[in-house]
Amino acid sequence: MTAGWCEHPIYRLATAIDAREVSVREVVDATLSRIADCDPSLRAFTTVLDDSARVAAEGADREIAAGRYRGPLHGVPVSIKDLIDLAGVPTTAASQVTGRAPATADAPVVARLREAGAILIGKCNLHEFAFGTTGEDSSYGQTLHPRDPTRSPGGSSGGSAVSVATGMAFAALGTDTGGSIRIPAAACGLVGLKPTFGEVSCDGVVPLAPSLDHVGPLTRCVRDARVVYRAIRDHRGGESAPTNGAAQTLGCPRPYFLDRLDDEVRAVFERALSRLTDADWTVEDTPVQHAHDAATLYLHLVLSEAATIHAATLEQRPQDYTPAVRLRLELGRYVRAEDYVRAQHGRAVLGRAVDAALAGRDALVLPSLAIPAPPLGATAVDVGGQTESVRSIMLRLTQLFSTTGHPAVSIPCGLTSTGLPCGLQLVGHRHRTDQLLDVAEAVETALAGRS
Amino acid sequence: MEEPLTRDDWLVAAKTDADRRGLPELKPLLDALADATRALRAASWNRRAAGPPARLDAADPATRPDDPR
Repeated sequence: MTAGWCEHPIYRLATAIDAREVSVREVVDATLSRIADCDPSLRAFTTVLDDSARVAAEGADREIAAGRYRGPLHGVPVSIKDLIDLAGVPTTAASQVTGRAPATADAPVVARLREAGAILIGKCNLHEFAFGTTGEDSSYGQTLHPRDPTRSPGGSSGGSAVSVATGMAFAALGTDTGGSIRIPAAACGLVGLKPTFGEVSCDGVVPLAPSLDHVGPLTRCVRDARVVYRAIRDHRGGESAPTNGAAQTLGCPRPYFLDRLDDEVRAVFERALSRLTDADWTVEDTPVQHAHDAATLYLHLVLSEAATIHAATLEQRPQDYTPAVRLRLELGRYVRAEDYVRAQHGRAVLGRAVDAALAGRDALVLPSLAIPAPPLGATAVDVGGQTESVRSIMLRLTQLFSTTGHPAVSIPCGLTSTGLPCGLQLVGHRHRTDQLLDVAEAVETALAGRS
Repeated sequence: MEEPLTRDDWLVAAKTDADRRGLPELKPLLDALADATRALRAASWNRRAAGPPARLDAADPATRPDDPR
């Protein structure tokens, strides 16, 4: 009976824990049991924290019994991408390059989750150093898609996504440098939030490209994403009034963003837009000027910064990287400084272009991922009759907003004919992540046919 | 006076360096990077960038000095 809780959203579980309908220990035991059943085949975790999770659960039960309930994350099992420091546990980045010495302190985001009473259930597998979109390059093996084991769950936060999608955690922390939260969220049918750049601390997180790196939650619904976001963000104010599902105005940037889409992804997205307009939402076409430059900007920024971060270990231990990640890092050493500066200039131009597209609108709406979860081992896929590199097409719709720092969230919007999830991406005004979550919750409600 | 490095010179030098370092598999990626850099320099907003790009290839519109306006 307790195992049934594994599928519930946080807000329902929290109500039950607060009312003492279920103990935290029961929830943690059920979650660990689910991990024991599922993870040997899915490989979502690098470390499972059985003992410390049970000890923390007993402590949480004692606190709650004593009337010290901390709030909606108290007693809730949460998983952490293994790029983020958790005291006493190695941060592996899914690489042989990192040592296996335990981290000496929690990253601030982890400390905040503990403060909120979350139970840290384990650390999650990822694409090595978060430098990839499929999870295929990992010293812990490939994480498999929960609905089709011949496919990737997306990445780089693939383990985090799979842990939540399969009931092995109620929420997960991921990181997003070009789409690494939103891509696996879309591929696995979850909500994935990339907050505004700088709102959530990246201290204690192995960097990929510091000017692009974000930390954010993967959850089963928008309401849960907001719970985790509010717990981990630096700034505690600025909460907006709920919109109560009222219809709003969205801008759809069709040029570039809808130019290259898998046919089924396109059909699912267009059906979602129709449901919104049927529910009295206004959806206006609004191009983002220069959007076609997004990929080249992102490439010059991420390659340069990642090569800088890894310069010493590329010299000392190049053989310890997986071959594909090593090559990508080596490539960054050939980007010229003047082109990095040009890309930084372009980032400012594109940031203003996204601001202009958002003017007078609540959010931009577009797909999150141009293809369904890709087959394992594929380096190229056919998209609308054209051959596209898997890496390029997976980053195509997300990388711009990592570059400009706008908040963006992926929510599920339907399934392909073979049952693979598709994601709808909403992009909000900078420094208004809470308002973006209001819009996302209203869209989620409209797509579910609720009023 | 030293001649400026053209984009093609750079690509040849980069591939030679990749071979020297035992990384021949880097060469197709360098071709892709060269294409991306060409696109970056050709971006219309670069004409309004602060300061002209370095001289690379006078015949290449992507590397012509910025419009002073």
